[in-house]
Amino acid sequence: MAIKKQKASLLEKLKQYKKRPFSLFLFLFTWLAALITAAAVLVIICYILIKGIPSIKPELFALKYTSENVSMMPAIINTVIITSFSLLIAVPIGVFSAVYLVEYAKRGNRLVKIIRTTTETLAGIPSIVYGLFGFLIFVVALGFDYSVLSGVLTLAIMILPTMVRTTEEALLSVPDSFREGSFGLGAGRLRTVFRVILPSAVPGILSGVILSCGRIVGETAALIYTSGTVAGIPSSPFDSGRTLSVHMYALINEGIYTEQAYATAVILLLAVLIINVFSGLIARKFSPKTEKR
Amino acid sequence: MQKLKEASMRLVFLVCAMVSVLAVILICVFLFAKGFPAMGEIGVPEFLFGMRWKPTQELYGIFPMIIGSIYVTAGAILIGVPIGLPCAVFMAYFCPRWLYRIMKPATDLLAGIPSIVYGFFGLTVIVPLMQRIFGGSGKGVLTASIMLGIMILPTIISVSEAAIRAVPKSYYEGALALGATHERGVYRTVLPAAKSGVAAAVILGIGRAIGEAMAVKMVAGNQAIIPNSLLSGVRTLTSNIVLEMGYAADLHREALIATAVVLFVFILIINLLFSLVKRRER
Repeated sequence: MAIKKQKASLLEKLKQYKKRPFSLFLFLFTWLAALITAAAVLVIICYILIKGIPSIKPELFALKYTSENVSMMPAIINTVIITSFSLLIAVPIGVFSAVYLVEYAKRGNRLVKIIRTTTETLAGIPSIVYGLFGFLIFVVALGFDYSVLSGVLTLAIMILPTMVRTTEEALLSVPDSFREGSFGLGAGRLRTVFRVILPSAVPGILSGVILSCGRIVGETAALIYTSGTVAGIPSSPFDSGRTLSVHMYALINEGIYTEQAYATAVILLLAVLIINVFSGLIARKFSPKTEKR
Repeated sequence: MQKLKEASMRLVFLVCAMVSVLAVILICVFLFAKGFPAMGEIGVPEFLFGMRWKPTQELYGIFPMIIGSIYVTAGAILIGVPIGLPCAVFMAYFCPRWLYRIMKPATDLLAGIPSIVYGFFGLTVIVPLMQRIFGGSGKGVLTASIMLGIMILPTIISVSEAAIRAVPKSYYEGALALGATHERGVYRTVLPAAKSGVAAAVILGIGRAIGEAMAVKMVAGNQAIIPNSLLSGVRTLTSNIVLEMGYAADLHREALIATAVVLFVFILIINLLFSLVKRRER
C-alpha cells in the first residue's frame, strides 16, 4: 500500500517537474552532489582497502624495524605514546581553562574575550606552522632535539583549542539548576565544579578527547620537524620516534616501499574508523542528556 | 582553610586558561623574531614580490608561492563548494532517514582521513588519471585543487548542514504554502536564510585548504614558479616550508620562517573574517 502510494506520488512529482524545469534541475543537481560525495568516500576507502589489505603481512607487525622489513609496530607504539602524553598534558589544561571561562569568569570580562580570541586563533593555525614553531622552541631553543618530548609538547598546544571548545560547550549545556541545587545544599564553588558540573559534562569532554585523538593520529606536518623520523621505539623522552602517519610519509618518500605504505594506510584508516565509531557511540549514548534543542 | 583552597584552585583555573594566550604569544614571538629580521635582510619587497626562489643563489622571493597558495585554495573552493553545499542541502532536506544514517558517518569518515592518506591517494590515483587525460606530469594546480576540494568537503558539508538546519521550518513551509516546489522552497528561501552559516563554512574551508601541507606537497609538482596553466606545477607557502625545512640553514631557514609568518598573516585575516561573519549571525 505504502509503496503504491509512493509510486503514485513519484509519478505525480515527475509530471510536476515537467512544468517546472528549474526545480527539476535543482533536484538533479542536489542528488548529483550527494552522489559525488558518496562516490568520493567509497572510492578512497575501497581503493586503499583493496590495495592495502593484501600487503598486510605479519612481519609488518614485528617489534623491530629494519630496512628489509619496514615494520610499522614501532610506529604504532609511538603513536600510542605520543597520543597519550599529549592528552595527558592538554586535557587537564583544556578542561580547567574551560572551567575558568564558564564557571569563574564574569560575563563580558575583557580577559575572557582575549582568551576566546586566542583559542580561536590557535584552532586556525595550520599544522605546519605548529611544526615550525615546535621546531624553533622545543627542538632548537630549549634543546630537546628531535624527540618524542618536542612532539608531545607541540601536539598538546595544537589540540588545546579543541579541548577548550568541546569542554566549554559541555559545561554550558549543564543546566543552571544543577549549580543552584549544589549551592543551595551549601557546597562551595569548587565542590560544585568537581562533584556536580564536571561529572555531568563528561560525555562532552570525552568527545573532545576523541576528536583530539583523531587529529593526533592523522598528524604529519607538525611532527616531522619535532619528533623526527627515526623508526625505532624511543628509550627515553629525548629520543626521536615517528608516529604511524610520519612512518607512512617516510615510506612514500623513500619510494621503494609502496606496498608497505598501502598497508600502513589501511591501519591508519582502521584507526580513524574506530575513533569515529567511538565518538558516534558517545554522542548517541549521552545525547538525550546533553541535547540542546 | 576552605577559603584558601577555593582561592588557590581559582588561580589554577586562571593559569590554565592563560596557557592558550601564552601559546599564541610564544608562537608570534618565535615566528616574528626570526621571520622579520630575515625579511629585513632580504628586503621586504624583494621577499614578498620577488619572482625567484633560489636559495643557492641567495634569491628568496615568495611571490610565486603566495600566488600558488591562492590558486590552489581558490580551485579547492571552486570544486568543494558547488559539491559540498548542495550535498549539505541534500542531507538536511532531501535525504531519506535510512540514507542519512549512511551519509553522515561517511562524511565524518572523510573528515577523519589523515592528510597523508589523501596525499597518497592523490599521488597513486588522481595524478596518473591526470597524466592519462591531459598528458604531462599530472601534478599541478588542477590536481591539487581537486584533492583539496575533496578534503574540504566534510568541513563545508557539516557546517552548512548545521546552518541550514538552524533555519526555522516555517520558512520552508511558508514557501510551500505559496505554491513553491520543494526544491524552490529549499534553495530560494531556506538557503538564503542560512547564508551567514554557509559563508562561515566557506571561510573554514579556505582556512583548511590554505593550511594543508603534506597532501598538497605530494601532488602539486612544487616548482617555485607562477603557474601559467591549470596543469603546470605549483608550490604553495606550506609546501615550501615542508620541502626545505629539513636541510635549510641560516638565512635560508629564516626565509622559511618568514614564509610561515606570511602564512600566519593569511590565517589571521581568515580568522578575522570568520569572527566578523559569526558576529553578524547573532
